Amino acid sequence: MVHVSATPVLALRGVSKRFGAVQALTDVELEVHAGEVVALVGDNGAGKSTLVKTIAGVHPIDEGAIEWDGRSVSINRPHDAQNLGIATVYQDLALCDNIDVVGNLYLGRELRKRGVLDEVEMERRSRELLDTLSIRIPSVRIPIASLSGGQRQVVAIARSMLGEPKLVILDEPTAALGVEQTAQVLDLVERLRERGHAVILISHNMADVKAVADKVAVLRLGRNNGIFEVKSTSQEEIISAITGATENAVTRRAARTNGEIKK
Amino acid sequence: MSIDKTSTATEESSVENTDAAPAAVAAVDPRLLVREQGFAGYLGEFKRKMKAGDLGSIPVVVGLLIIWAIFTSLNSNFLTAGNFSDMSVAMVGTGMIAVGIVFVLLLGEIDLSVGSVSGVAGATFAVLSVTHGMNEILALVLAILTGTAAGAIHGFVFARIGVPAFAVTLAGLLFWQGFMLQILGDNGTINLDSEGVVVKLTSYYFSDVAAAYGLAIVVTAGYFLSAFFDNRRREAVGVPSRPLNEIIVRTVLLAVLAFAVAIVFNQYKGLPLAVVIFLAFLLLTDFVLRRTAYGRKIFALGGSVEASRRAGINVELVRISVFAIAGTFAAIGGLFVASKIASANQGAGTGEFLMNVIAAAVIGGTSLFGGRGRTWDALLGVMVIISIQYGLALEGIASPVQYMITGGVLLATVVIDAVTRKTQKTAGRA
Repeated sequence: MVHVSATPVLALRGVSKRFGAVQALTDVELEVHAGEVVALVGDNGAGKSTLVKTIAGVHPIDEGAIEWDGRSVSINRPHDAQNLGIATVYQDLALCDNIDVVGNLYLGRELRKRGVLDEVEMERRSRELLDTLSIRIPSVRIPIASLSGGQRQVVAIARSMLGEPKLVILDEPTAALGVEQTAQVLDLVERLRERGHAVILISHNMADVKAVADKVAVLRLGRNNGIFEVKSTSQEEIISAITGATENAVTRRAARTNGEIKK
Repeated sequence: MSIDKTSTATEESSVENTDAAPAAVAAVDPRLLVREQGFAGYLGEFKRKMKAGDLGSIPVVVGLLIIWAIFTSLNSNFLTAGNFSDMSVAMVGTGMIAVGIVFVLLLGEIDLSVGSVSGVAGATFAVLSVTHGMNEILALVLAILTGTAAGAIHGFVFARIGVPAFAVTLAGLLFWQGFMLQILGDNGTINLDSEGVVVKLTSYYFSDVAAAYGLAIVVTAGYFLSAFFDNRRREAVGVPSRPLNEIIVRTVLLAVLAFAVAIVFNQYKGLPLAVVIFLAFLLLTDFVLRRTAYGRKIFALGGSVEASRRAGINVELVRISVFAIAGTFAAIGGLFVASKIASANQGAGTGEFLMNVIAAAVIGGTSLFGGRGRTWDALLGVMVIISIQYGLALEGIASPVQYMITGGVLLATVVIDAVTRKTQKTAGRA
C-alpha cells in the first residue's frame, strides 16, 4: 500500500459557504494526504463542486479554516491556490481546440528564448511529461480538435501536472468517456498517486471510485455524510450515504469513527 | 551525456515497442507517438491532412491559377510583366488592411471600421502635411497613430464594456467616415506632393536588377537557414524533425517562385518599394503570430476564451491590442491607397473597399470562426481580388459584374471554410 504521511497536505476544518439564502456548505471536514486519492461523492447539488471551488479559490470560504501542510492558509483567488500547489482540472477541460498539444500544455506559461517561443524545448519537455505519465497520443503536434475525449482528458490532466502541484483536483474526469478511455484516465490517476501527489477525485461512478480511491468522502446537502475507507466499505454503504436512504445510528457512528468528525 | 546516442537508441526501440504490452512499455521509453519516417512519411502525412480537411492554402492557390488562366486566355495583356507589376503595387493598400483583419478574424471577431479608418489616415496625412505644411515623416507617423488610437477605442468598448465587436465597429465605420469628411473640409480632395514620401511609397521602384534578385536570394537563403538550424536543434534534443530532403524541396520551390517574381519585376520597372514593405510586414506579423507568446495568446482566444482566461491570459488586453493592430494596419493601408492616387479624397475607404478587404482575408483562408489563419492569407486573398478587378477591367467589363464575381468567389471560400471545419471535426473523431 502507498505510504501516507501524518500531516495532511490539505485539511478543511468546519468549512461553510453561503450563496445568498442558500447554505451550500455547512461545517465540512476533509483531509487529503500526499500519495492518497480521496473520492468526493454526493448527489447532484450536494456541494461537491462548491467545495472544490472553495479549494481552488473560485469561491472564498465564509467560515472555517483551510490548512495546507499543517499551516493555516487563506485561499481567496485562483492564483492563491495555484501558488500553494493546487491544480484543478475542471469538467469542461478548458483546452483550445485549434492549438496543438504542446501549445495547450504550455498555454499561459510558454517557454521563451530571447523573447521568442522555444518550441523545441517545449516539445521535448511535453514528450517527456507525456512519457512519464505513459500517456499515448498520436503526436504532440496535432491540434486538440483531432483527439478523442479520453485523450483530451489526459492532456488536461497532464497540463495540470506541469506546475508540479502537490494536490490535483479532478472534476468528473471520466464522465462521458468510453470504457477504454476511462481505464486510461484511471490509470493516470493511479500514476499520480504513485508519484506522491494528493488527488481529490469527484465522481458519480462508484466503480471508478472503488477502483482507484483510497478514501471516499460523502457529501449530502452540503454536509459531511461519512468518510469511508474504500477497502473496508461496500458499495451499498456508500450509496446509501449518498442518498441518505439509510441514515441511522450505524452510519453516523461509522462516519464518526472513520472520519474523526468533530461535531 | 551523449545526446546523439540516446536519441538513436530510442528511435530503434520505438519501432519495436509500438505494439508492446503496457507493462513493458513503462520500462522502456514508450515512444508511441507517430514519427515522420523520411520523405514517404511526409507524403503520407500530407495525404492524411488532405483527407482530414486540412486544406491550407491549396484551394486559394488553385483558384488563383484558374483565374489567371481564364484572364490570360481572354486577354493576352493580362499576364504581362507590366500588368503583373501594376497589380502587385495596387494590392498593397488592400493587403495591408487585410493583414489587420486577419488578426481580428483570428479572435473570431470582425472589424467593419477599417475602411473608414484607412480613409481617416489618408486624410489626416494630407491635411497635416499639405494644408498645415507639417514635416511629411511626422505627419505619416501621426496618421498611423490615428489609426492605432481608433482601433484601441473600438477594442476598449468591445473588450471592457462588452459591446459586440460588430456593433462597435459599425458605429466606428460611420463615425470615422464622418470624421474624414469633416477634416477634409469643403474642397473634398487634397492632392499630395508628388515628390513626397507617401507618394514615393507606391511610385518608387528599385530599377537596378540586382535589387529584385538580391531580395530573392536573401528570402530563399533565410528560409533555408532558419529551417535547417531549427531542424538541427530538433535533432539534437531528439524531437521529430523534418527530413532534410523535405527542406530542400521546399527551398527549391520557394527559390523558383521568388526568382520568377523577380524576373517579372525586372522586365518592367524593377522591384517596387511597396511590395518590399508589404513583404516585410507579412514576415513580421507572421513571426509575431507564430513565434511569440503574444501570437499564441491571440490563437488561444480564437480557440476558447474560457480556456485562455483560466490559463491566466489577460483577455481584455489582448483584445484591445488586436483591435489597435487592425486600426494601425488600416491606417498604413490607407496611406498606400492615398499614395497610389496621390491624393486624399472623400471616397477613400468607402463603398465596396471594406468588403474587398474582409473578402481578401477570408478568401486567403483565414477562418471566420476564429483561431485559424495566417497573415500570408491576406497576400493570397488580395491577389485573387486584385486579379479579378484588373482582369475584368482589361476586358472592359463593368463593375456590377465585378461585384457579382467577387461575391461568388467569397461565397465559395466561406463555403470551403465551413465545410473544412465540419470535415475536420468528423476526421478528428474518427
